[in-house]
Amino acid sequence: MSAYHYNWFLAWQSFPRFYWGLALGLELAALSLLIGSVIGAFGAFGRTFGPGWLRAGIVAYVEFLRNVPLLLLVYFAFYGLPKAGITIFNNVWSFVIALSVYSGAYLTEVFRAGVSSVPTAYTEAGKAIGLTAWQRTFLITLPVTFRIILPSLSNTFISLFKDTSLASVLAVPELTYAADWLNVNTFRTIEAWTFATVMYLCAGYAIALALRRIERRYAVIR
Amino acid sequence: MAQAILLGLVQLLRGLRTTLEISAVVLVAGTVLGLVTGLALEYGNLVVRLLARAYVDTVRGIPVLVLIFACYFGLPVFGLKLSSFQAGITALSVFAAAHIAEIVRGGISSIPRAQTDGAMAIGLGFWQRLRLVILPLAIRRMLPPWVNAAVEIVKGSALLSLLGVVELLLAMQNVVGYTFIVLPFYALTALLYFAVNFTISRTAALLERRFAYLRY
Repeated sequence: MSAYHYNWFLAWQSFPRFYWGLALGLELAALSLLIGSVIGAFGAFGRTFGPGWLRAGIVAYVEFLRNVPLLLLVYFAFYGLPKAGITIFNNVWSFVIALSVYSGAYLTEVFRAGVSSVPTAYTEAGKAIGLTAWQRTFLITLPVTFRIILPSLSNTFISLFKDTSLASVLAVPELTYAADWLNVNTFRTIEAWTFATVMYLCAGYAIALALRRIERRYAVIR
Repeated sequence: MAQAILLGLVQLLRGLRTTLEISAVVLVAGTVLGLVTGLALEYGNLVVRLLARAYVDTVRGIPVLVLIFACYFGLPVFGLKLSSFQAGITALSVFAAAHIAEIVRGGISSIPRAQTDGAMAIGLGFWQRLRLVILPLAIRRMLPPWVNAAVEIVKGSALLSLLGVVELLLAMQNVVGYTFIVLPFYALTALLYFAVNFTISRTAALLERRFAYLRY
């Protein structure tokens, strides 16, 4: 205790590193949520309406990904994929791929719950006015599903944002990497991790507030 | 080469044992701490409740990795000399306790007020009410999410590899490092994690179905 000298100014000087780290973390989370949602939407439709083999495959994907640590997937995307002949991804993209595939498993379940809670009366009404199956999917089921699952999507986004801290192991310069950098290079341990904690908390809280507003705007009126 | 692979398999199994040990310790510590915090959230006076709320929301609001690094690098500053294993277990327990506290609080608050009123009417004191009426009912609500929290703990234990704790993930990296066999060992490690976690989450689903009939 006695040997530690606080130097908040030094930590404040590297604020831009933290700030841009936070921004990068949000970008990574948003990108993963986007790709994961596409996977999730296809997964949910395949799981609900697909043939038996497709359903089994999607169940296997969901269960496998949900029961494996994300860090293993991140390592696999960065160190494993090149061994399998896929060498097109740098550290940032390997992480995005890993996080997208991981979130895709969770989002498949989210979308499935959403799709199955669209009232059948809606699609029946669509049939009655002569919409084709594709039109019913894109004009009725998907928009209503989206509104129903919006709260789950925003929760997923916040937890993905927290998961972006794992990108620091691939030296992606996000918030945790910034804190680790400050910690290792200046030994301002307490300052570094306090900064990171406060920024994660503020960002998480701000996102939650903003998303609640959007949720209220698009809430399903029953 | 065959010998190296065999040695690798042994190391993976040792890593798996460490992962399971970490998870077990964290689950026990997290449950005890989580139960206390959960009760504080539900029954504490304003100060206790605010403190518990601040703890739970802070820990749930930051990534586990930040918590792990903060414990590993930060605690020695305050004179706590911890090994990486101890620091990791501390961080994961603090993390697990916050999540379990929410599970406990949710379970208790889902029990209708009438149960408490009834218990009060027959003259039970606070701890008696808790032990004889509320908890037996609430535990059935808490059990499935609690088992799911165990999955999160096993997955979280993989992060301790970053502190140099040789659990399953770091054991795999070591083995890959000297055998240069990448994909099979990744697949095997993933399967081991899957085997452990799938068993746990199936148990949770089973418990959920077992208690689904309860209406109160």
